[in-house]
Parts: sequence; structure tokens; C-alpha cells
Amino acid sequence: MALFFEVTLSLLKGFGTTCSIFGLTLVLALPLGLLISFGTMSKFLPVKAVFKTFVWIIRGVPLMLQLFVVFYVPGFVFGVPIASRFVATVIAFVINYACYFSEIYRAGIEAIPVGQTEAGEVLGMTKWQIFRKVIFMQVVKRIIPPMGNEIITLVKDTALARVIAVTEIIWRAEQFTSRALIWPLFYTAVFYLAFVGALTLLFGRAEKKLAYYKV
Amino acid sequence: MSFLTVKNIRKSFGSTEVLRGIDFTLEKGEVVSIIGSSGSGKTTLLRCLNFLEIADVGEISVDGTVIFEAIGTNALSDNDLREKRARFGLVFQSFNLFPQYTAFENLTLAPKLKLEEKARQEKLTAAEKKAALGEITVRAERLLEQVGLLEKRDFYPCQLSGGQQQRVAIARALMLSPDILCFDEPTSALDPELTGEVLRVIRSLKDSERTMIIVTHEMEFARNVSDKVIFMADGVIEEAGTPEEVFGNPKSEKTKAFLSVTK
Repeated sequence: MALFFEVTLSLLKGFGTTCSIFGLTLVLALPLGLLISFGTMSKFLPVKAVFKTFVWIIRGVPLMLQLFVVFYVPGFVFGVPIASRFVATVIAFVINYACYFSEIYRAGIEAIPVGQTEAGEVLGMTKWQIFRKVIFMQVVKRIIPPMGNEIITLVKDTALARVIAVTEIIWRAEQFTSRALIWPLFYTAVFYLAFVGALTLLFGRAEKKLAYYKV
Repeated sequence: MSFLTVKNIRKSFGSTEVLRGIDFTLEKGEVVSIIGSSGSGKTTLLRCLNFLEIADVGEISVDGTVIFEAIGTNALSDNDLREKRARFGLVFQSFNLFPQYTAFENLTLAPKLKLEEKARQEKLTAAEKKAALGEITVRAERLLEQVGLLEKRDFYPCQLSGGQQQRVAIARALMLSPDILCFDEPTSALDPELTGEVLRVIRSLKDSERTMIIVTHEMEFARNVSDKVIFMADGVIEEAGTPEEVFGNPKSEKTKAFLSVTK
């Protein structure tokens, strides 16, 4: 029993790190993704090309490799080591997820009928007012299901941080294997399932909350 | 000097010339119907008047002021366009109500945003702003009543029939008191039994002396409600005149052919 408590306590600490990576990535990548989506939809071709290429590279390379790049390259190539393993992880995750989110935003924005923008225009609204007051909430409603999917993937992708020895939950569980204990590794599933379960309920409620209008 | 003067409007999309020189005038309080087959350029003309498209060539004057003169590239800023658009209102074929807002909110959204801008620029006091907001509310409710939908004030577009949605859209266009109100086939997306209520509302606006341009396929309606009828074909005005002239005694062969198939 004492061992069980020891393991649980250690995993909880690791899960705290997991949640921090998750939370920070979400808070930073959601707005950054929107900005990137504007870039990929730009009518100015050079800007569009730059953003499209960036999204292609980030989505085309394993996140694990991106973690190594962010962690090692500043120190080895430029001589300025990154502040910490945790910071490197958050930077890599934010950039990676912002690119995936940007494609979800783009699909959502492009699915809104052009008549909505035109209606705002003939009513004398500015482009920004139209986006903020008319388009955005319709986009939010449309993208909740794909966003939910991506955000649930993010919960589990945080486990990749262990490749640069960030002490998240999987890393903690692996420490017990040196004591010939394998079950802590399987036990981590309970934490993930509980977290994802809560998120699923949350997304379901958000969908219900926006069910009062149709887009 | 006519209230609205449209001179030599031309518009091409790629190599297709959709409008090939449109000229007409309109007096204040007049109602003109534009008829013609699909592809004749009716909708593009309305979109040019509302600056959803920018004409390649031509001039538009309202009330003695030139508000648009095509000059080569026509790089108009967002603000220029907003100012020009304020002269015109447009009711769309597919209503284009904002789905996340109630009927009432659809009416008040744009005026409220405009008020916020004004409050910032002119540093209105809280009391002045509140009074202006009150006026917007009163006006919105009066317009909803005018189109017979005050009891649907807090309904969302998806809870309204097509005819009701279009009536809300008409009220929304009237909120900003445009000089000229345009209708782009306002009943084409409606079930036949719902067109009557919308046409009745449009007719009631005529009584209140509003200048209107109506693109329509409802020939009977065009005949009854208009002071002037324009028949368009292949990007030009083929024939124009009073409803009696155009419907009763068409001169152009194209007009005759069009009217004989739509009867």
C-alpha cells in the first residue's frame, strides 16, 4: 500500500507537468493558430507562400524531431542554450499545434458563406467588425468537433516530452522500471483517461451551448 | 438633376463583359423594377451600386454628389467603401441574416457598432450614449412591427420561416435609413406561398415614399409596384419605360420574347 501511494504521488507530480505543457500549449497555440490561418489565407501571395511553407514543414516533420531541434539547436548552433527542458517543450508544442489549429480555423472560416461578409459590408461594418461580430462565432461553432479531436491528441502527445527528459507522467512511471515495477506505466492510463473524459464532457457541453443557432 | 444618376457602368469578370454600359436615372421616391433573364447582368448591377463589386467604368451620383467615378485601378480603402455604401441598402436573395443573433439583434448590430465608433470619436458621455442606444432599440422595434414581426423579436433566424427571415432582412436594411434600398430577387429563394408576405412588405414601403430598385422575376408585382421598369438583356438596358409601356406595349423584340415566356 505504501508503494501504491508512493507511485501515485510521483505520477501525480508528473501529471502536473503534463497538465502544464497541455495548458500552456493550448492557451498560446489557439491564438497563434488563428494568426497563422490569416497568413495562409492572405491575398498577398508572398505572405501566403511563406505561411503555407511553414505549415508544410511543421506538419511534415515528427513532433519528436521538433522537440530535439528546439532543445539542442539554440545551444549547439548559436551558443545560447535554451532556458530549460520545459520551456523547449512548450515552444515546440505551441508551434506544432498552432500549425494544426491554423488548418482547422482555415477550414472553418472558408466554410462560412460569403453572403455573411457581404451582409456586414452593406450594413457599413468594417472588415474587423465583420470578423469579430459575425464570422468568428460561426467559425467557433463549426470547429468545436475537429478542435476537440486535436486537443485530445495534444493530451497524449505531451508524453513525447520525455525524449528530452522532461519529468512528465510517463517519464516518472519509467523511473520505477529500474525497480522492476512495470505496472506504474500502465497505471498512467488512468490519469489520461480521466483527463480526456473530462475534456470530452466539456466539448459536449460547449456544442450543446451553441446549439441554439444553426450555421 | 435626378436623385440617382448612373452613367455608363461597365463591369467585366475576366474576359466576360457582364455590364456593357448601363445608364439610368431615378427620382426620389420612385420605384424601379429591373427584369430580364438570368445572366443579363441585373444582380451585378445591384452589386456595383452597393460596391460589393467595383465597376470598371462609369459614374454614380446620388442627390447631386458624385459618389463613384471609375478611375483606372479603383483602389478604394475599406473606409471609402463604407462611406459610399451608406447611401445604399441591399436585401439579398438568400436573406443572409446572422444566424447567431436574434431578429432584434440582427437589426441593432450594425447601428450599435456605428454608435460605439461615434462615441469614441466624439467622446460622447455615458448619458448621451444611453439615449442613442435607446433610440436604436425603439427604431428596431418599430421596424419589426412595420414588417409584422414584433412578436418574433427574440427568435433566431433558424426559428423563422423563409418569408419571415426575409422580412427581418428588409427591416435590418432599413435600420440605417439608406437613400436607396435595393432588392436582389427578394422572393426567389422562397416557397411560392411565402412570397406574398414579402411582396406586401415591399409594397408598404412604397407608400412611405422610399426610393427603391427591385430586381425581380415577379412580373405581376413589378407591373403593379413600379414607377419605371427596366428590361436588361446581355449586359445592356434593352428597354425602359413605365410599366404600361414595357409590359403593355414592348418595342424591342427581346422584351417581347422575354415577356411571352414569363407570362
